[in-house]
Amino acid sequence: MKPPPFEYVAAASLDGALEALAEPSLETRALAGGQSLVPMLNFRLAAPERLVDLNGIEELARVEETESGGLRLGAMVRHLRLERDPLIARRAPLLAEAAPFIAHPQIRSRGTVGGSVAHADPAAELPAVLLTLGARVRIARRSRGGESGSRVERTLDLEDFFLGPFFSALEPDELLTAIEVPPSAPGEGTAFDEVARRRGDYALAGVAARVRLDSRGVCDEAAISLVNGGATPCLMREAARTLVGAEPTPEAVGATAAACAETCEPAADMHANEAYRRHLVRTLTARVVSRAAGRART
Amino acid sequence: MRISARINGSAWSGDVEPRLLLSDFLRSEVGLTGTHVGCEHGVCGACTVQLDGEPVRACLMFAVQIEGHEVTTVEGLAAAAPGEAVSVERLHPVQRALHEAHGLQCGFCTPGILMTAEAFLRENPAPSREEIREAVSGHLCRCTGYHNIVEGVALAAERLAADGPGADRDGDR
Amino acid sequence: MSRAGGTWVGARVPRNEDARLLTGRAQFVEDVEPPGALHAAFVRSDLPAGRLRGLDVERARAHPGVHAVFTAADLGPLLRPGAVLVPPPPLEGLVFHARTALPLVRERIRHQGEALAMIVADSRYVAEDAAQLVEADIEPLDPVVDLGRALDEDAPRIHDDLPSNLAAYVRQAKGDYAAARARADLVLERRFSYDRGIGGAIENRAVVAEWDARADRLQVWDTTQAPIPVRNVVAAALGLSESQVRFIAPFVGGGFGPKIMFYAEEILVPWASIRLGRPVKWVEDRYENFFATTQERGQLHEAEISVTREGRILGVRDIFIHDSGAYDPYGLTIPINTQCTLLGPYRVPNYESEFRVAFTNKPIVTPVRGAGRQHGVFIMERLLDLAARGLGLDPVEIRRRNVIGSDEFPYNHEIMYQDFAPLRYDSGSYEESLEEAVRLVGHETFPRERERAQPDGRVVGVGVVNYVEGTGIGPYEGARITVEPGGTVRLATGVGTQGQGHFTSFAQIVADAIGVQPSDVRVVTGDTSDFHWGTGTFASRGAVVAGNAIHAAAQSVREKILRHAAKALEVDPEDLELADGAARVRGAPDLSVDLGALALSANPLRGAVEPGTEPGLEATSYFGPPYGTTANGTHAVVVAVDPETAMVEILRYIVVHDCGTVINPTIVEGQIHGGVAAGIGNAFYEELVFDEFGGTSNASFMDYLLPTSTDVPPIETAHLETPSTLNPLGTKGVGEGGAIPVAAAFAQAVEDALADIAPGLEILDIPLSPGRLFELLRGAS
Repeated sequence: MKPPPFEYVAAASLDGALEALAEPSLETRALAGGQSLVPMLNFRLAAPERLVDLNGIEELARVEETESGGLRLGAMVRHLRLERDPLIARRAPLLAEAAPFIAHPQIRSRGTVGGSVAHADPAAELPAVLLTLGARVRIARRSRGGESGSRVERTLDLEDFFLGPFFSALEPDELLTAIEVPPSAPGEGTAFDEVARRRGDYALAGVAARVRLDSRGVCDEAAISLVNGGATPCLMREAARTLVGAEPTPEAVGATAAACAETCEPAADMHANEAYRRHLVRTLTARVVSRAAGRART
Repeated sequence: MRISARINGSAWSGDVEPRLLLSDFLRSEVGLTGTHVGCEHGVCGACTVQLDGEPVRACLMFAVQIEGHEVTTVEGLAAAAPGEAVSVERLHPVQRALHEAHGLQCGFCTPGILMTAEAFLRENPAPSREEIREAVSGHLCRCTGYHNIVEGVALAAERLAADGPGADRDGDR
Repeated sequence: MSRAGGTWVGARVPRNEDARLLTGRAQFVEDVEPPGALHAAFVRSDLPAGRLRGLDVERARAHPGVHAVFTAADLGPLLRPGAVLVPPPPLEGLVFHARTALPLVRERIRHQGEALAMIVADSRYVAEDAAQLVEADIEPLDPVVDLGRALDEDAPRIHDDLPSNLAAYVRQAKGDYAAARARADLVLERRFSYDRGIGGAIENRAVVAEWDARADRLQVWDTTQAPIPVRNVVAAALGLSESQVRFIAPFVGGGFGPKIMFYAEEILVPWASIRLGRPVKWVEDRYENFFATTQERGQLHEAEISVTREGRILGVRDIFIHDSGAYDPYGLTIPINTQCTLLGPYRVPNYESEFRVAFTNKPIVTPVRGAGRQHGVFIMERLLDLAARGLGLDPVEIRRRNVIGSDEFPYNHEIMYQDFAPLRYDSGSYEESLEEAVRLVGHETFPRERERAQPDGRVVGVGVVNYVEGTGIGPYEGARITVEPGGTVRLATGVGTQGQGHFTSFAQIVADAIGVQPSDVRVVTGDTSDFHWGTGTFASRGAVVAGNAIHAAAQSVREKILRHAAKALEVDPEDLELADGAARVRGAPDLSVDLGALALSANPLRGAVEPGTEPGLEATSYFGPPYGTTANGTHAVVVAVDPETAMVEILRYIVVHDCGTVINPTIVEGQIHGGVAAGIGNAFYEELVFDEFGGTSNASFMDYLLPTSTDVPPIETAHLETPSTLNPLGTKGVGEGGAIPVAAAFAQAVEDALADIAPGLEILDIPLSPGRLFELLRGAS
């Protein structure tokens, strides 16, 4: 279980990284925290010819407040920071709540938000949490022939970023540079929970929810995302809509949970079959949405 | 590829192949065989070392990535210098507590647990048993059933609070 | 530290070996790297069943940094099947077909991970690069995966020369079960399954070999539990004298059974070192470990119990199939353990048991902690639970009515155990341990507690089960104790050590005998140059068999010390006591002589050693028990089950155990904690998943779930000490007891928790994953 040989580039700047990635004759790959990529290399399930190490790029490691009061998380912000940074706890408490569910401290000290999102693993916590928060991703690449300027950037809704299991909208020469989380609205509550075999394992199923209540206690916006609820990290738009316009009573929440369980498309694997996963989605959705609604009330 | 880093407080520089895992580098190039290798996919925790004071899996990093950083291994915990005989009296408080609590049997996973526990107690000097269990849950141990590891870390916390630099931070909680 | 009366046996002595382990200075095999060492990697079959039609290694041989690529064709006389390590016991009607593997595949592939070629290169990295260049042309064959169908007539045959996949058949019986059944008030019959797991030592296997052509000697560092037998096999295979070959098992990072096996790498790596004239190092990686290291425990049982209205056992019948994997090098140890341990601490007047061992295209099965005993305990305890339910009895009550009383020892079960001796219990405390566990868990008040609603919607249940553990079997172990002129005491024994605390518990035995501190005793285990008689560390026998050999050697050295000291001090030996590293005259402690000084004078450079005596303060002794001693205990567990998620949390875990004389309670508790954790893994987390093609789907620690610190609860222990009658120390083994009854306790507790929600729910299959419990709950509602 030793990695195959590769060429190593320690990028010192974003432009340097983009240039090193955009080498058409080579299979290149960005190395962020490496907590998913390096095991794949050690098992020899991946064999990129060039690894572009992003760990030295200071500009990708920043947590900033946006003009609108939201958050911009650089791709290289590590999971551990989600747990510890007071600004994140204030602006997006759901991130701080969910971060401890990601593997173990030794993984969180290296693993990054950008790496986790770019990996597009339907079993990962962060993509689901960020979907619930309505996040957008910033993507950059070096200009291709004929394009003006040195760098081309685009922004995508996170929902449009995930295309399949471990498959995203990123082109080979592109790099996910930042994640933008919109500001939370007044009257909003969020919650996360999952069922995993062991602490730190990928969840059998997990649910992230955001519920906004108006002054009468009626839900006027809801978002629910699932971990391991489908082929991609998935936002359950239809199911969440069933809660809008209603008070989040146990019955209403139960109906939403049932809708979630019905419409999700979980895969079966050795740890849980499809029926069990649906059942967990239902149970967890009811619990998590109730908790989010409770927080919205206070 | 040439790298320079600090390892257990000493400067190290030399050439390494980019694909050399940090775990293999420490063991075969630097001769620090206290860092053990159990799974090479980041689950068992035996290879845990500290990078700039934070625990990391040495099997999930390349040696070239420590350029300009500080690595601490189990050999860097106790006061004894290389070649000096080891004795219980010279152990770091966390090591000593694991000894007294019988928190190790075959001892293979122990170095990694020590590196996590030391960093954890700096961050959380007065943890509950439950917090300790969570903190070491990224380590697999097949011998101890964890019971005495948890007791050992709790004992270390008490010791450090009583006479270590953690004493003054205790009031924060 | 000093103890009144000089009694170290029984004391909580902190471990001698810890300081080295805690500072990263203890030597494990992987830490050994002789100058100029080359590194080996094996090319292994991804397919579990196939015919190797061709193997092209030329590209690998030509790869820069590769020194050699060996295939079966290169092995010459080494290409012969491995040894059967444990022959079957001489049972009437026994069928046993011994089939063992070649070191490298010649033609037939019988399980995933069988080695096709060995690559030796400058580094493991390069060796793995070259392994990817080997092209194997394999004709896939239909694999035998499903144990339940392995013995079907139309099942593909794994060993062509056998008429079926039957590896063995054994029947043992006592009394007349059919007659007992006919007069029973209640007969219950069920099918049970208990699936496979791995040993899960965190250290994988490793072998480092250094052939020194000038000295004509081979030195091998090996992660083995049995350095001496392995040394002997390797010497014979390589045509060397045993004295030319030194095996060292230094610190070994956990054994748990699989490291007792003899493996092809243990011959191939030394052989390659001789051939290439360079040291060769091989370190198994975790992926290889899932195939190349042995595993344990697939069994399917059809069992029934016959009881009276009062819950007395009239008889038990059990028919099972045991999965041996592709070969059966370890004989019948596991299924015989199952067959015998099923009887447990109970009076079972009529017993009928037969098993068939089947070959399958899965990795080889050999003992792993518990070694089939947990299967027997699971079946018996489950049958008792079902009978209790059927009779409206409390599960504890039915056990009370059937345990063997303290006045019934020695108790003869009238069948044969794995050590070829009759299954006899020397002593035990079955009633006491059950009552103590009941008291500790508060069983009498428990039903009321359960009715109290849990705030989080979970339901709570309790389980109480018994077990016995056959331990400390022969044939023998030995020890040599030497007092050195510096006053240090050296103890060498043949067993290897994998974390059991031998450096301390063995030292305690010596310290008691000759009046030194345990920390003054330097223990050497697992080095054939220090001691070359013995079998190894297995079957919970170290403290029993080696421990009593050490005790005997220590008594002999004590006598030598007294004789020499009496002469030096000109007193009668009876007037001497040994304490604080010296022999001194009772009542006149100023009249004393240090052990070091005595050692020096006992080995003079001039003068004469008295005729009929030996030089030095040294003695070697051996101990072989007539038959194994039987430990016992009771486990009680309290669980909380979330019926919505099917997740189970263990709230309390209590172990009352009796391993006879306790040498070091701290170490014994550690053994129990670890055993319980392994048992929890087996019961709830660990399962090897094979796909329809026979491949392992979860060969990683990501998907094969070893329990971690948040899965194992704090464990409460209580010691009972009923000395063994079979050895002077009175010790019994304790290494496996923690693991043996966990699944049975767990199943009873989960059923109890769900008694109101799903009254008919029965747990008959282990492991009980949450997914499986979910299906059971769905089926019950």
